[in-house]
Amino acid sequence: MMTLGELAYWELTSLRVAGGLAAVLLVAGTLVYIHLFKLVSFMQSRLGPMEAGPYGSLQLLAEVGKFLQKEDIFPRKADRFVFAAAPFVVLMSTFLLVVVVPGGPDAWFVDNDLGIYLAMAVSSVSVIGVLMAGWGSANKYSLMGGLRATGQLIAYELPLMLAVVGVVIEAGTMNMQGIVLAQANGSIFGWSGLGNPFLLTQFVGFFVFMIAMQAELTQSPFDMPIAESELVTGYMTEYSGMRFLMFFIGEFATAGVFSAVAAVLFLGGWYVPGLDATSNVFNVIGPLVMLGKVVFLSFLVFWFRFTFPRFREDQLQRLAWKFLIPIALVNIVATGILKVAF
Amino acid sequence: MSAVFAAVSTDAPIFVAQNVFFAVVALLMVGSALKVVTTSNVVHAALWLVLVLAGAAAQFILLGSEFVAVTQVLVYIGAVVVLFLFGVMLTRASMGDDESVAGEKRSMAAVVAGLLLAVMSVALIDSFSDDRVVIDQPQLVTTVADSIFSQYIVPFEAISVLLLAALIGAIVVARRD
Amino acid sequence: MSEFLRSYLTVAIFGLVGLALVGAFLGLGRILRPDHPTPQKLESYESGVDPTGDTWSQANIRYYIFALLFVIFDVEAVFIFPWAIRLDAYGAFGLIEMGIFIFILLLGLIYAWRKGVLRWA
Repeated sequence: MMTLGELAYWELTSLRVAGGLAAVLLVAGTLVYIHLFKLVSFMQSRLGPMEAGPYGSLQLLAEVGKFLQKEDIFPRKADRFVFAAAPFVVLMSTFLLVVVVPGGPDAWFVDNDLGIYLAMAVSSVSVIGVLMAGWGSANKYSLMGGLRATGQLIAYELPLMLAVVGVVIEAGTMNMQGIVLAQANGSIFGWSGLGNPFLLTQFVGFFVFMIAMQAELTQSPFDMPIAESELVTGYMTEYSGMRFLMFFIGEFATAGVFSAVAAVLFLGGWYVPGLDATSNVFNVIGPLVMLGKVVFLSFLVFWFRFTFPRFREDQLQRLAWKFLIPIALVNIVATGILKVAF
Repeated sequence: MSAVFAAVSTDAPIFVAQNVFFAVVALLMVGSALKVVTTSNVVHAALWLVLVLAGAAAQFILLGSEFVAVTQVLVYIGAVVVLFLFGVMLTRASMGDDESVAGEKRSMAAVVAGLLLAVMSVALIDSFSDDRVVIDQPQLVTTVADSIFSQYIVPFEAISVLLLAALIGAIVVARRD
Repeated sequence: MSEFLRSYLTVAIFGLVGLALVGAFLGLGRILRPDHPTPQKLESYESGVDPTGDTWSQANIRYYIFALLFVIFDVEAVFIFPWAIRLDAYGAFGLIEMGIFIFILLLGLIYAWRKGVLRWA
């Protein structure tokens, strides 16, 4: 780590790209195995995949091998270009999102002053990909699913952004590293034993953020856009083989990256209490600490997913506009008053 | 656009890479903009518009204004284009080409666009002919914040009224009763 | 300035890596997968029966109103973020200014609420 500053830009960037691929793909694979294969199986009193590798741990590779051999079907009426481009847009958005997530004091992809604001902007690009998939498929289910998904994504993007504002007020910066350090060096009414994890002082923001995140990830109970019983997986109906797998990877990769963003905002990111935040140790254990927090937060996401039944469209929009946005605004005002008063 | 040209040709250190990126992005924007107006599929036009707007965001980055660039992505690509696509898909988004956007309307539109370009060019060259924008520091978001909440505080509050008017107007127009 | 531009070059490179990754997966699949299109296979899927009518269906106009509301509140959020990082310096003045701003937009939300726009039916 001492030599990091001496590397040329292209060397450093190659390292970061390798790290970014690991942060997206390995984390997505881990979440699929732990949560989708095992957690749900245990919740339903079954073992889940057990054959491929020890405890089925290579099941995912087997699945990818299966998808690789599937025929690539372009529906005759589909708009070939838009249909083909949609998965590219969705995954590009995920990769743009991961750049803001830091893994240690020197282990970051981009140390950007706009940080979380940049993350909110690039994550909104995936909406275009979803609409492209829905329209380009030339299928009634796909179009319905695409429109429903977009309606949901934009409705919940607002509470997501407004929930972040409380954190930004407390930290006084939008820089992700700055937010981590503000939690590491902060104190709660003079008590600095744990620093100031914003989970404790911004619990309203955390609550709103996690619900909005669940909706942004279109995980149940917010999975109406891809409801298999009424819309045959919505905007993904016509996608087969690898192209479908791209959406699937995108779904879990985005779940991982969003959990990482939430971990930075509310759980102190790569920091654990008791150590000096500037210590070099964090460049080594920081990514592992992040992974632990990501697995914990995504556990909450999938726990809710497998517990609650699906919302109706009217309930969805009502929850966003009449409940989450008002309390997020109240939270901003309350945090602002407390910040100015103390 | 003349401000952009001036920015990369000042006496301050000229970054060759910056010029090259400007040219590449500008060509991409012009190409996409031509596709927006020539394609006869309305959804395709909206998608080409995404590229134009992304190019504009890239140009703002090259000018050192990251806050404006990211806001461009957040508001225009993430919200306004989605609104366009919604509008198109809810009314007539049948696949294939839309005949009604071709024909003589197109030449009329070209004349109007040409006139607009002429007026804009004259206005911009007239106001900024010899001005040079020196950009050796990226503009910090704190600077943006400080100018909004000091010099531009009245326009800022006026924006909330404007947004309120837009919201009420949209609701009145969209409701049938 | 060059440090700044390089950080955004990294952002752009990450976007390109995302595109390249999808391209690589699809390219790998192209080597391995069969390709036997038949007319039935290429039909639009409609639960197993022959597709009827146009592929396009009229969707609910309410989506459009929600999108309009979204654009307006998105612009509001754009102003809240720079305010939030400098609130320490602005103090009570900043609170009052932003309080007025949010209050006026809340009036809009309440108006939409009272007019029943937020109700889906």
